[in-house]
Amino acid sequence: MSMTTSVLALLPELVLLLGAVGCLLLGSWTPRLRQRRVRAVAALTVLVFLAAAVHGLLSDPTTAFSGTFAVDETTGLLRLVVGGALLVLLALAGDEVAGHPRESEVYVLLLLGADGVLVVGGATDLAVLVVGFLLASIPLYGLIGLSAAATAPEAALKTYLVGALSGIVLMLGAGVLFGLAGTTAYADLGAGVRDAPAAAGAAGVVLVVFGLLFKAGAVPAHFWVPDAVQGSWVTSAAFLTTVPKLGAVVAVMRLLEALPRQDVWPLLVAALAALGMTAGNLAALTQGDVRRLLGWSTISQVGYLLAVVAAVPSVERARPAVLLFLAGYAVTNLACFAVLRAEPERVRVDQWRGVARRRPGLVVALGVALLGLVGTPPTAVFVAKVATIAVTWEAGLAWLAVLVAANTVLSLAYYLRWLATCLATTDQDEDEDSTTTRRLPAALAMTCAAGAVALGLVAGPVLALG
Amino acid sequence: MLSVLVLLPLLAAAALLVPAVPDRWARWAFVGVTTLEVVLAAVLWARFEDPGPGALAFEQQVQWIPGLGASYHVGLDGLSLALVLMTTVVFAACAVYALGDEQRPRLQAALFLALETTCLGVFAAADLIVFFLFFDLSIVGMYFSIHGWGHGDRARSALQFFLYTFLGSLALLLGFIGLYVASEPRTFDMVALAADPPLQGSGATGVLVLGAVLLGLAVKTPTVPFHTWLPPAHTDAPAIGSAVLAGVMLKLGTYGFVRIAMPMLPEAWRAWAPVLVAVGVVSVLWGALVALAQSDLKRMVAYTSVNHMGYVVLAVGAAGMLGEGPADDGARATAVTGAATQMVSHGLLTSALFLLAGVLWTRRESYDLAAYGGLAARAPRFAALLVLAALGSLGLPGLSGFVAELQVFAGAVAVVPWSAVALLGILLMTAVLLRAVQQLLTGPVSGLAEGFADVRAREWAPIAVLLVLAVAIGLAPRPLLDLLEPAAAAAAALVSR
Repeated sequence: MSMTTSVLALLPELVLLLGAVGCLLLGSWTPRLRQRRVRAVAALTVLVFLAAAVHGLLSDPTTAFSGTFAVDETTGLLRLVVGGALLVLLALAGDEVAGHPRESEVYVLLLLGADGVLVVGGATDLAVLVVGFLLASIPLYGLIGLSAAATAPEAALKTYLVGALSGIVLMLGAGVLFGLAGTTAYADLGAGVRDAPAAAGAAGVVLVVFGLLFKAGAVPAHFWVPDAVQGSWVTSAAFLTTVPKLGAVVAVMRLLEALPRQDVWPLLVAALAALGMTAGNLAALTQGDVRRLLGWSTISQVGYLLAVVAAVPSVERARPAVLLFLAGYAVTNLACFAVLRAEPERVRVDQWRGVARRRPGLVVALGVALLGLVGTPPTAVFVAKVATIAVTWEAGLAWLAVLVAANTVLSLAYYLRWLATCLATTDQDEDEDSTTTRRLPAALAMTCAAGAVALGLVAGPVLALG
Repeated sequence: MLSVLVLLPLLAAAALLVPAVPDRWARWAFVGVTTLEVVLAAVLWARFEDPGPGALAFEQQVQWIPGLGASYHVGLDGLSLALVLMTTVVFAACAVYALGDEQRPRLQAALFLALETTCLGVFAAADLIVFFLFFDLSIVGMYFSIHGWGHGDRARSALQFFLYTFLGSLALLLGFIGLYVASEPRTFDMVALAADPPLQGSGATGVLVLGAVLLGLAVKTPTVPFHTWLPPAHTDAPAIGSAVLAGVMLKLGTYGFVRIAMPMLPEAWRAWAPVLVAVGVVSVLWGALVALAQSDLKRMVAYTSVNHMGYVVLAVGAAGMLGEGPADDGARATAVTGAATQMVSHGLLTSALFLLAGVLWTRRESYDLAAYGGLAARAPRFAALLVLAALGSLGLPGLSGFVAELQVFAGAVAVVPWSAVALLGILLMTAVLLRAVQQLLTGPVSGLAEGFADVRAREWAPIAVLLVLAVAIGLAPRPLLDLLEPAAAAAAALVSR
């Protein structure tokens, strides 16, 4: 394969990279109060990226750069979801960081971070995976740390420390696997690991998976998530709970498929999934801060995602289910964070008391999003969850299917606590009404909630892909 | 046509969400759309020809999620058509009754129209995912109805209702997925699953899958011991919310027994049948006994629902107790017909009772039986309606409840003689309802009854329509039985596979 076709196959990623560099340069020569034009350029970049991604999705599946990067339907769909999420995030950022001294840098970091996530998701080679991991992680630290909030430095430091550790672990794992298999390409990894001593192979795989779990914000590399969500901008919180998870879950799926199909690896992922959903839900139960509540909720959601991934090697239908779940999760989760941004002063659950009376539209959006995360029909996550339970059951992991259902019940408790508080009546009716609702995020929340329902209704085509 | 019937209320609900619509229009739009639904359902009935066992009339199928073997598939047989008719009538009655409601009438109309779509959707569904979708949305809708328009400790009751029934619905979903995974080729299609039941001969797996389905349906029905959400939900719900919850939504559970559990898991059903008969008998007796101890009219009516749904569970359980010979098959079919008749009858009578309870609340904000006395003198029309509804509910011949319970017992006792114990429930029920009638209506005018205004036209007219239908079924049950009998016989036959 020639260099040109490789570059063409990776055109969307290249567009994002060039757009990010362009925004950086443009931002440096733009006065602080006119940085809106940087946002416009960033949005334009994402639109071009989406156009290129659609073109890529319509072309035949291929690989780029000597088989180190897969450009298949999975990558194509990942690009579309990431692109859509970027548009929402740019709009959110425009509302939140406008006028901030580092405004243009935020846009640049969003684009770069997303680009890194795409590399993680498309990589079919351990070395490329490591590069993608770094490219996806470093903008994340910046996004969290740039905020002027007093809690931001701590959040950034925590993310950085866990991230750096995970990066090293990932590289160590990649190194071990390279040593055993003599190659970093997934295509030959399976044979290499099969012939190697079991313990060494297991160590390599476990280390790589652990590194990826940091990106996914999944148990056991999840401790940074609630702090980062609480400590910084809503924009960065929405980014870090949505975009990196998409790439990381796809990466775990690709790795799992590359390994020799023993019984242990799916079981390892299944165990991690079970642990993640249960721990996330249990921790979310006791949260009084809605940001931390959402943070823990995203940890449990990754658990469900990993449950589908565990079924991928043995059940053919699991792969499209993963993609549907990713798309449904992304749009639903973004709706939740847009709601947060629409009412920036309400950070504790009890501060949402009686909001339904004053902001019915916003609470409807929140209701759709929260019930959507539970998996209430007809939202996208419902279809995905039905598929999840079905494929895990079919993969011989009936216990995991039951656990998914049980955890869904458990999660109902805290989602509903928030929602019921919004619906409750207040004693002091109008005097508290000084808080302002921000129009743009409210509109975004409603759009995303509508998207979550629409995606559920047209889930058929997505499940037919993959 | 069927899809129009199902989705029209939802479209109307969406239109009513526009804030510019005046309350007056919204109230009349609610009445108009629900009446149109009655007409549409009647047209369907006129054009209905029994499709025969295992088939559906007015069938419609559109691809939805082919990857999961789920499609938008709807259709009706005699049983579901009867329930659809009953549902449209109950909603229309509620719409007329709600003409006088002052509290956010536009949103209430929108909510109840959406609820009508979910209830009709469940009865029309021929795909498990479509069934579950509407089933779950009905829970969400009812939660908002109790929370937004209820009284008393409504937030708590609404949340309890939601958590309880949502938990049940997840068990149901798990059971559905069990059916899906066992089917070959994989499908959620109810017609296909009933034609070729997947878990035959699977022993414990089938029993467990049916256990999950039964748990979900038993919570919704509700049967003892899963009935505890029902009394608080009813007590704090608005009048029309209670009427819809008891009249229509309880049937979603019992309908599931006949439409899903019996045909799709016949072997497991037979294994569970003794348990179901026992649960049915206990529900009948327990519901009646606890109703006897109530001092609150709405709680009392709620427990009579537990009793009445007990007859249904008893009957469908008896249908799974296979004996020998064609006489037995006939008895089992009769029991299922009785169960189906009871669903329709209970829908009409209980809705009427709850609307009557609503009359008490709008005037005096109290359901306390002891606080009233001598209402018959103050409010004769109210008294007449209440007496008629109570007599129907206790199963007096000439009213629909009698037709239902007679068939239930004729069928069930023939198959399971000891289930005759449940006849005691009828006796207890008589005591319950006569005691309530006596406390409220007879004696000198006293307490809250003083100055009690009689029912107005928009209150008595819908209740009267419901009761007239109950009397019509009681006197001339043939048209209804013509609808129900083929479907019930088919269900009873499917269980014996």
